[in-house]
Amino acid sequence: MSNKLNILTRGFFKENPALILVLGCCPTLAVTTSVNNALGMGAATTFVLLLSNILISALKNVIPNKVRIPCYIVIIATFVSMIDLIIQGFLPALSASLGVFIPLIVVNCIVLGRAEAFASKNNVFDSMLDGLGMGIGFTIALVLIGAVREVLGAGSFMGFQFIPSEYNMLIFVLAPGAFIVFGFVMALVRHLVNISEERKKLKKAENNRH
Amino acid sequence: MEKLLHVSGSPHVHSGESVKKIMWSVVASLMPAFFVSVYYFGLPVIVLTLVSVGCCVLFEYLIQRFMMHTKPTVSDGSAVVTGLLLAFNVPSNLPIWIMVVGALVAIGIAKMPFGGLGHNPFNPALVARVTLLIAFPVQMTSWPAPTPVLLMSDAITGPTTLGIISEGGDLSQIPGYADLLIGRMGGSFGEVSAIALLIGACFLLWKRIITWHIPVSFIATVFVVAGIFHLVNPAVYVNPLIHVLAGGLILGACFMATDMVTSPTLPWGMVVFGCGCGLLTIIIRLFGAYPEGVSFSILLMNAVVPLINKGFKPKQFAK
Repeated sequence: MSNKLNILTRGFFKENPALILVLGCCPTLAVTTSVNNALGMGAATTFVLLLSNILISALKNVIPNKVRIPCYIVIIATFVSMIDLIIQGFLPALSASLGVFIPLIVVNCIVLGRAEAFASKNNVFDSMLDGLGMGIGFTIALVLIGAVREVLGAGSFMGFQFIPSEYNMLIFVLAPGAFIVFGFVMALVRHLVNISEERKKLKKAENNRH
Repeated sequence: MEKLLHVSGSPHVHSGESVKKIMWSVVASLMPAFFVSVYYFGLPVIVLTLVSVGCCVLFEYLIQRFMMHTKPTVSDGSAVVTGLLLAFNVPSNLPIWIMVVGALVAIGIAKMPFGGLGHNPFNPALVARVTLLIAFPVQMTSWPAPTPVLLMSDAITGPTTLGIISEGGDLSQIPGYADLLIGRMGGSFGEVSAIALLIGACFLLWKRIITWHIPVSFIATVFVVAGIFHLVNPAVYVNPLIHVLAGGLILGACFMATDMVTSPTLPWGMVVFGCGCGLLTIIIRLFGAYPEGVSFSILLMNAVVPLINKGFKPKQFAK
């Protein structure tokens, strides 16, 4: 059981796809100008990751090894088209602000990476957990970066303005700010992960001594 | 007898130079320009400079003490130089809290994350200036007009020389050469006086802290390229002398491009570096969206310094 839990939770921080594995940098940098955009992008990617992982894992014995990448892309593109149409239909404002980055989930390396590295080798249930965990981890990363950028750059949080506009630092809404915040959030999360790993090691060593 | 046998490895002669000495010499060399700025822009110059220097030193101390857990080395004066240069690069009516943000960017983003003095690939003061320029475009481009009073200056703002040129304004508003030389023009408060800056640069040259290669190649490239454009079409492109004296060219070429950490180590590399800076500066000034390009061009050339160093490696002896 703890093994299953591990598959789910390791994507949150320890193997966070955006901050530790540094995959999917393009949406991480491009759509994190606000928390709402980050949440929307994270949810859409989680949806695609979850369903594509399940389907690819279910079809892993049917898909010929030599053409597996095109097959994965077809499956992923199917789900991306679905979520694209859903967002266009029900959340037109989000669709307008995310723009081309929703269709671009097709080429997001996190989705293809999990299909290749995990779903094609494990059973359906594990793949589902993995997709969900990685999706949530990606969403956490996007929201962290989006929160810093929105607060510093636009003086608001989820659209709620609480810093007057003359104190806003425009650079954090623009591309250079994305890189700066990405670097600092990455450093912070790695630092915290390292601390927790060291604590675990110490605990283990102490248990062995007793 | 014991003393005679005790010989360490070469080199045996120490020049007496240290980081501390070099940094305080740079601080001294910036003083003439500082006094001219105080004369033209008044009390805000002193306040902003003190805030900038104080915050840079404070942030460096705090980061080294509590985040890097190393012995603070703020007494080497490098943070003081960064603070001074950053302050020289802002308009004198900048709100003080923006100055604090700038100091945090210089030390907290451009310097310490890379490992502190000697490890930063980009000039910290310039990174902070460019960050402030992009973050606060309104506050960073409202230039107070120079008013020679010693107390609080009033809130008259005027255009900078390069601003007039780039926006296609009335060219007769450009200050005369005498004003450009002594510094009676709008602009970031440390960059206005060409003479004061050149006095400081001569002091550094005399002390052998900088060599002539970067400043001369930088300024000469700007002069030559601007001169070619001026000769082709004098109605559109102004006299190259104005390009040399206006804006931050002399400050950038003598004090910021020559930063030991972020410039090439060997003479020919320095010349290439200076020419690159000059070319980028004049391209940004004549064709870019911003009226001034010195800080952008130095930062861009900072990025290729490792390549330049590699390209101009000296030949190994007897090989």
